[in-house]
Amino acid sequence: MAKTDIGPPDYKTMLPPVIARNYGKWRYHEIPQPGLLVHTAESGEKLYSVRAGSPRLVSTDHIREICAIAEKYCEGYLRFTSRHNIEFLLSDKDKVAPLLAELDSKGYPVGGTGHAISNIVHTQGWVHCHTPATDASGPVKALMDEIYDYFVTMKLPNHVRIALACCLNMCGAVHCSDIAILGIHRTVPKPDNTRVPNVCEIPSTVASCPTGAIRGDMKNKTITVNDEKCMYCGNCYTVCPAMPIADPDNDGISIWVGGKVSNARSAPSFSKLAIPFLPNNPPRWPEVVDAVKNIIEVYASHARKHERVGEWIERVGWERFFTLTGIPFTDKHIDDFDMATETFHSSTLFKWE
Amino acid sequence: MAKRETPLLDQLEGGKWPSFVKDIKQAAEKKPMAEDLLQQLELSYKDRIGHWKHGGIVGVKGYGSGVIGRYSDRPDLFPNVQAFHTMRVNHPTGWFYKTDALRRLCDVWDKHGSGLMNMHGSTGDAILLGTTTDHLQPCFDDLTEAGFDLGGSGSALRTPSACVGPGRCEWACIDSLDICYNVTMSFQDKIHRPMFPYKFKIKVSACPNDCVASIARADFSVIGTWKGDIRIDQNEVAAYAASGLDIQKEVFDLCPTKCMEWDGKKIKIYNKDCTRCMHCINLMPKALRQGEERGATILVGGKAPILQGALLSWVIVPFMKLEPPYEELKDLVLRIQDWWDEYGKSRERLGELIKRLGMRVFLRAVGLPAVPQMVKAPRTNPYVFFWPEDIKKEVK
Repeated sequence: MAKTDIGPPDYKTMLPPVIARNYGKWRYHEIPQPGLLVHTAESGEKLYSVRAGSPRLVSTDHIREICAIAEKYCEGYLRFTSRHNIEFLLSDKDKVAPLLAELDSKGYPVGGTGHAISNIVHTQGWVHCHTPATDASGPVKALMDEIYDYFVTMKLPNHVRIALACCLNMCGAVHCSDIAILGIHRTVPKPDNTRVPNVCEIPSTVASCPTGAIRGDMKNKTITVNDEKCMYCGNCYTVCPAMPIADPDNDGISIWVGGKVSNARSAPSFSKLAIPFLPNNPPRWPEVVDAVKNIIEVYASHARKHERVGEWIERVGWERFFTLTGIPFTDKHIDDFDMATETFHSSTLFKWE
Repeated sequence: MAKRETPLLDQLEGGKWPSFVKDIKQAAEKKPMAEDLLQQLELSYKDRIGHWKHGGIVGVKGYGSGVIGRYSDRPDLFPNVQAFHTMRVNHPTGWFYKTDALRRLCDVWDKHGSGLMNMHGSTGDAILLGTTTDHLQPCFDDLTEAGFDLGGSGSALRTPSACVGPGRCEWACIDSLDICYNVTMSFQDKIHRPMFPYKFKIKVSACPNDCVASIARADFSVIGTWKGDIRIDQNEVAAYAASGLDIQKEVFDLCPTKCMEWDGKKIKIYNKDCTRCMHCINLMPKALRQGEERGATILVGGKAPILQGALLSWVIVPFMKLEPPYEELKDLVLRIQDWWDEYGKSRERLGELIKRLGMRVFLRAVGLPAVPQMVKAPRTNPYVFFWPEDIKKEVK
């Protein structure tokens, strides 16, 4: 009989000795170059963290290669960040330069620190999910290839957090990102009435709909969908597999901007809709890549130092955001869900563009 | 095995960013399962649609979570991914690894699965991507032998996560790693045996920079903060100014409460007006340090949109001291989960339940006092409810 409820390995057994010795006694840090963090403890000891990008979806052999690098330079100690980067943790300053050289020769991007674009938090997409409206790894790879320079430098006004979720369920919780890439469906689910009675629980299917678009049809032990109320979230499909929603010609990607989670300067805030729909165009999603790159470049050339994307837009106004980026404003940008009116202008204090 | 063409995915092998396609191909050298994953993904790229079916109940003995069932909708074409289940492995807190542990994890996964994984999933777990139903139990047995356990899934406590905290960061106001590990170990039963209306997430950030996005992504958010005056080293302030930092423009002009003054030599902070946003400390870590009384702000209700819209967590305890064994914190979690479990509807998150029944009802149920720090402003509508004891009874 297997052991159960042992919990994760104790993190204390995974800490490099320099961290164990200086735990909770760090004094300050510096970023002498992109991808290199130097933390100094009260004792005067220093920890060198080298941050490298990763595709997140990795093979065991790739992980073993990372292990071998960590064993060569870091006495076998490393960590991963909340944005899927790898961090090599060194106590020996002399090993930093050889590590950087080896990472460079093996094609690991080093960066993602300070005023940079770090790795894109993302979901499974077509690789492993049952409700995706787009792929995740593919658009991320295509976009990171294009904005690579922002990962390996620190030349933006502030850091730009990008996240991608392949449907509204948002396993990647992209709702508070500087730039969010969100897969969306645009057509109503199609209930298969021959299968619904066998594979779905009617009350939970009805309850799964945020807009009350699904009604029970008890006589026929199935459900009906009110097409006018449906906003294609696909939550019903998660509960009831007999109402598929995927539609190759109409599924695609929406772009959201201006969210943040940090409390620095301004309060945490949600991302707001910038582009309601872009097509799924694998394998490299050129429309999505161009749109995101455009937003980054307009931000980079207009924001003041330390302004996050949302703070910049708040200062110049949404009117100007749409003008500067050339993104058309449509009726889809105006909220019509719960609390929508909180986003309407109830003053005459707007700008001309 | 005979190699088939993947002309679309091949186009994602070029470019400077590391390619997941290369990793899938690397795994496919050894595993027919990874080869069929590659081929099915190529078909998705051609069809512009996913080819995975719904779960179905699969798992390991004694647990109700940690395994996500996954089946191909084209097993006729890709028999090796007919079943391709995910196992969520609870990561070491802070995502710290010693390579021997990481190698053990890889060995288990090469023995039982596709040889592909996510480092890490969005909630924090190490995700083992793709194995068959008959391998689930043996894989779990080998995982626990290697010192790892499964994380949460479904209507359970999801794997808690924490920022790097005192492991490396000078801004840690609380021991985020120890709190997260302690909570994880104390609530193993809630992680492995789903018993709630829906998922419940706990995330611990050691300062208001909130590097694990707890305010946006956790039903129960713990964010380190402090009381008392920001400590100033005026010599280091001068050094920052000399090094080219424009203190007036970059620090003070961006201070949200304008609680600082700079005469070109020394800075003064009106701490009573400070809301502890971290901006000045972020820019001058050598010169400014947080106040010495440390603790956490507790917030609840954060979530992504499904079902009733996205929410950011709300303040319910402005300041809580957090020292081991964290009984006050864990007791609050239990009181909140009890109330939610009692009144929450199926697939209703904590924040949605509080919205439906009212913060007033929630606070009374879990025994917390109303304080001004909970609101940006008092209510503007007159639709006020009173408790029976607020009302004078008729005198007979």
